[in-house]
Amino acid sequence: MNTITGLFYVFSTVLLFAAFRVITARSTVVAALFLVLSFFSASCIWMLLRAEFLAITLVLVYVGAVMVLFLFVVMMLDVNTDKFREGFWTHLPLAGLVGAVIALQMALVLMRGFQLEAPAATARDLEMGNTKLLGIELYTHYLYPLQLAAVLLLVAIIAAIALTLRARKDSRRMDPGQQVRAKKADRVRLVKMDPTIEAPSAPKQEGGTP
Amino acid sequence: MTLGVITLGHYLSLGGILFALSVIGIFLNRRNLIVLLMAIELMLLAVNLNFIAFSHYLPLEADRMAGQVFVFFILTVAAAEAAIGLAILVVLFRNRASINVEELDELKG
Repeated sequence: MNTITGLFYVFSTVLLFAAFRVITARSTVVAALFLVLSFFSASCIWMLLRAEFLAITLVLVYVGAVMVLFLFVVMMLDVNTDKFREGFWTHLPLAGLVGAVIALQMALVLMRGFQLEAPAATARDLEMGNTKLLGIELYTHYLYPLQLAAVLLLVAIIAAIALTLRARKDSRRMDPGQQVRAKKADRVRLVKMDPTIEAPSAPKQEGGTP
Repeated sequence: MTLGVITLGHYLSLGGILFALSVIGIFLNRRNLIVLLMAIELMLLAVNLNFIAFSHYLPLEADRMAGQVFVFFILTVAAAEAAIGLAILVVLFRNRASINVEELDELKG
């Protein structure tokens, strides 16, 4: 049993335990924290598979952004979690049966069929590293899907903001559409007028009368 | 299967067990919308684990990175999905003051 084997068993035990706690935790905050732990152990397993870039991305994107978002929402919503537990024990036998059958069927197929050993790292792998190889692949063969993914993220940003935005009634904000539609004629009125000349009038005779 | 060497089957079995656990989670927590979203994230994690394991054990060196590129895109889509899902959840809670799935029966489905 070498190091990788031992680490695989340690990480997968932690991963499965954390996933089990996610689905059985009484409090939603505890479930979110165990989800963080399961993502972290999954990223350790990805490191064992020599996918360093994706492992670090998983920690940064999921633990750093998505799970913080989850925790924000969980703590922002004041929900009564006890009501959610109704029917937990009545559904447990059926759920356990379905899950056990799924796991058993997959294990039956997978354990017989996929007894491959890992190929040794090639010289190209060792020289360039995982990140550089992934970047070369991404920017030569998958450039168009990468752009589409960027557009998808933009759509997600706009959708999330548009869904949760609440316009205040008393805010004095501009309507950009109206600003753009405004023409010169709406703002300035030119009036045609005759020129007026101030003719100097004759000085009044003052003090002439006694 | 020996205990000594980790084969592809080990990683695929781990992914399978993780997927089954999240299916159980969807059964058990079918009232709590937040835990349902978390179970979906766990399912995506199991699928990603399979992709990376296959890409690591692929004998052909030229095709090996394709699985990791696929995981990259799945991560992108999953992040977008989580953001929009949580936004919908917040709007739902604002309108109904509840995220219990049993009470969301306006559509009479």
